[in-house]
Amino acid sequence: MKLLKPAAAGTLESSDCFVSIEPSENGIEIDLKSDVIRQFGDRIREVIGETLETLGIENCTISVTDKGALDCTIRARVESAAFRSAEIKEEIPWEKL
Amino acid sequence: MLNAVGRDIPEEILEKVHKVPFMGNGHYDGYEIKKTGPKTRCVISNGKNKLVSSIREALELSGIKDGMRISFHHHFREGDHIVNMVMKEIHEMGIRDITLCASSLGKAHDPVYDYILDGTVTGIEASGVRGKIGEAISRGYLKNIAILRSHGGRVRAIESGESKINIAFIGAPTSDDYGNLSGMGGKNECGVLSYSSVDADYADKVIAITDTLVPFPNYPCQISMTKVDYVVKVDEIGDASKIATGAAKPTTDMKKLMLARYCTDFVTKTPYYRIGFSYQTGVGGASIASTLYLADRMRGDGVKMAFGLGGLTKPMCDLLDEGLCGALFDTQDFDTFAIQNMHHPRHYMITAGEYASPFNKGAFVNKLDFVILAALEVDTDFNCNVVVGSDGMLMGAQGGHPDTAEGAKCSIVLVPLVQGRMPTIRDRVTAVTTPGESVDVVITEYGIAVNPRRQDLIDAVRDSGLPLTTIEEMKEKAYSITGEPKDIEFEDRVVAVIEARDGTIMDVVRQIKE
Amino acid sequence: MGEALTDKKKRLRRSMLFLNAQKPSLIRDAYLYGPDSLMFDLEDAVAENQKDSARFSLYNALRNIDYGRSEKIVRINGLDTPHWREDVRCAVAAGCDSIRLPKTETARDISILEEEVFKAEKEFGIEEGTVLLMAAIESARGVINCMEICTASDRLFGIALSGGDYTKDLQTTLSPTGVELMGARQHMIIAARAAKVQCFDTVYTNVNDLDGFRHETEMIKQMGFDGKSLINPRQIPIVHGVFTPTDKEIEFAKKVVREIEEKSAQGIGVFTVDGKMIDIAFYDGARRTLEMARASGKLR
Repeated sequence: MKLLKPAAAGTLESSDCFVSIEPSENGIEIDLKSDVIRQFGDRIREVIGETLETLGIENCTISVTDKGALDCTIRARVESAAFRSAEIKEEIPWEKL
Repeated sequence: MLNAVGRDIPEEILEKVHKVPFMGNGHYDGYEIKKTGPKTRCVISNGKNKLVSSIREALELSGIKDGMRISFHHHFREGDHIVNMVMKEIHEMGIRDITLCASSLGKAHDPVYDYILDGTVTGIEASGVRGKIGEAISRGYLKNIAILRSHGGRVRAIESGESKINIAFIGAPTSDDYGNLSGMGGKNECGVLSYSSVDADYADKVIAITDTLVPFPNYPCQISMTKVDYVVKVDEIGDASKIATGAAKPTTDMKKLMLARYCTDFVTKTPYYRIGFSYQTGVGGASIASTLYLADRMRGDGVKMAFGLGGLTKPMCDLLDEGLCGALFDTQDFDTFAIQNMHHPRHYMITAGEYASPFNKGAFVNKLDFVILAALEVDTDFNCNVVVGSDGMLMGAQGGHPDTAEGAKCSIVLVPLVQGRMPTIRDRVTAVTTPGESVDVVITEYGIAVNPRRQDLIDAVRDSGLPLTTIEEMKEKAYSITGEPKDIEFEDRVVAVIEARDGTIMDVVRQIKE
Repeated sequence: MGEALTDKKKRLRRSMLFLNAQKPSLIRDAYLYGPDSLMFDLEDAVAENQKDSARFSLYNALRNIDYGRSEKIVRINGLDTPHWREDVRCAVAAGCDSIRLPKTETARDISILEEEVFKAEKEFGIEEGTVLLMAAIESARGVINCMEICTASDRLFGIALSGGDYTKDLQTTLSPTGVELMGARQHMIIAARAAKVQCFDTVYTNVNDLDGFRHETEMIKQMGFDGKSLINPRQIPIVHGVFTPTDKEIEFAKKVVREIEEKSAQGIGVFTVDGKMIDIAFYDGARRTLEMARASGKLR
């Protein structure tokens, strides 16, 4: 997937996370802030990394502010931000997510 | 050295605090102890004036000096002004190396943080610490190891002389000029002064601080003039709106209502639910809702409670008023309704010692059928943590948790399975405050787990239709939702010890890794 | 129509709890409260500029969270919006049980939706006919066309009244007695029964008036409705309470089922149970009573 512009998704409510993503050329840079970083920081980075890999994104700057979101919510917000950045609104390849 | 709940207590810490590791409930049953009395400066002359003009003067007359241990109560909760007023004077006098021995410390006492940093305060003994004091201890700023005790454990420590109080400060909603104190009346009413009783009995000097002087004698009093050296009148001992709230609105949170429903269903299925049972519950939304459900069931079943115990709110007082409960034995009043209910002839104040001390000839907690508790974390051996947050920071109080859990025939812990992303049922709790052998039942929104040590309770509810599960299944469910949390990293340095009721060491709390 | 599909269509649906598909805390916890159906909303609860994000949230929730025994229904956006086709693709790919179409007015609406569901099932390799449909009736025209809507598709298991929009269309407002909804309620339940599909009542919006809610639920149960749409989990135990048969009803239903099974084996068509004339027409009703008794925990 090719990212075209900065985009964001999610909220700062409890159990949610706010994700902003923008295209870059230097691999993947993750900036993570989390209420549970001591217990789940590594896991959250892993989920972000896996999600980006699934989407075929090799270069981006992504910043995640996590308020205790579960893996499925983190994945949803990263996907949402990425598709917004790529300006893809329809015919989402659901089966590949 | 591993203690009875499998916690490794370092030898050098045991030496430092002159303690032994926890050896299991009941280890000290029948143990004989000689209590140590206070120094008493006799007042024989009928011309003695106890009323002094300021806290500073009372401090000077009491001989405040470096290294002393001074004590406070927490009946004013987050509305307390006493600790900060006294500590400000002590700080300005240049006194150092003070140990604060309070029944509890809260966010209202954040200013103490600065006194910890500058060495005015070097020791803390309390049921719990919250806010900036908790942060200061967890970050290793306090010079000495903090000691966290249950309400009963504090009485034990003071009576045995282990925690010798030099000067006790007792904030009193009303006092006369001769030191008869009461939690009733005045502009900052708190109801009872249960936790101060042991301070008044065992401190060498006792300073009463009030904002409402009443004519002698202030009777009925809760603390007698025979124990009070000085009386100081100040403008405001507290903030009434934070001392006792209005009666809490019943929760509408479905998860809490579920916990409440499961709790009452469980209670009423046990053999202890019968005419003349006894009950203690907490102030959280789920506990309050479960009391309301319980009242419905009692009306329907024609079952009456002999007595209710502990910290009180409106729903428990309503049981007394309605005749569903025979008497209340009160250690703390959380709302204005509970304070007013003190006027009921069978609503009695009891002292913290009568309530919960393990080292007397028998306390109320030993006569409890049920206690309904909360927890921050529970492990698969039913050990509970109520003082250390999942981020490793000190943020809660033992209160009467270990006392009532051990004393009651059926102790029930209500916890949501997951809070934010943190599982509350875990392989291992961050710190143990209440041993698993004291905890009989854990209830989450996913079901009810009875401690395998209580086969009798398991048998009693087996065919009840309740959603029974095991603590391991609860943990698996929690981890399946959140993922497995990594253990938080700590420094080696021990910043606090958690004392069991009997004074042995239940666990240690280490400095947080930045 | 296979037997499995018939069973799926007829499952117990006393309570359908609406939840915003975009809210992580709701989609995690709502099923705990035991609704028969969870209604993941992509329509009114989701702001226009968050429709895309809500779909990702829905997709990941349905793929990852164990919703236990609750049915997973997705309320898609209306056919007059640019969103509904992608909503259908997302819901079907995620493995929902059913799709609720809002603002249904004609049988053709259902056919259009069914066609798209069929395409999505094919695209994502899901067996044809897996995903069921239900129609929300939100206008006078929809009420008038109930019968054709109810019979528009084999996949359609029921219709639901949506009171808010319907009263606007009637040029009135919702009132505490609900008198303005009575015509629609009667018409819909009659059409649904004629077509042998289920029928669900609208939401009760004052979540703090639980007595009023109970009263309305008792009324719609008496009218014949199968269940009710809900907006707060506190309403669930009340609906289930109202839909719990009494001990007497359960005992009678047990006897009816037993007798019918025995007597029909003996070739007897009409007989009496507790002094009442009974025949095969009582069979389904008695079985439904027992199913509700089991769901309420009264019968194990």
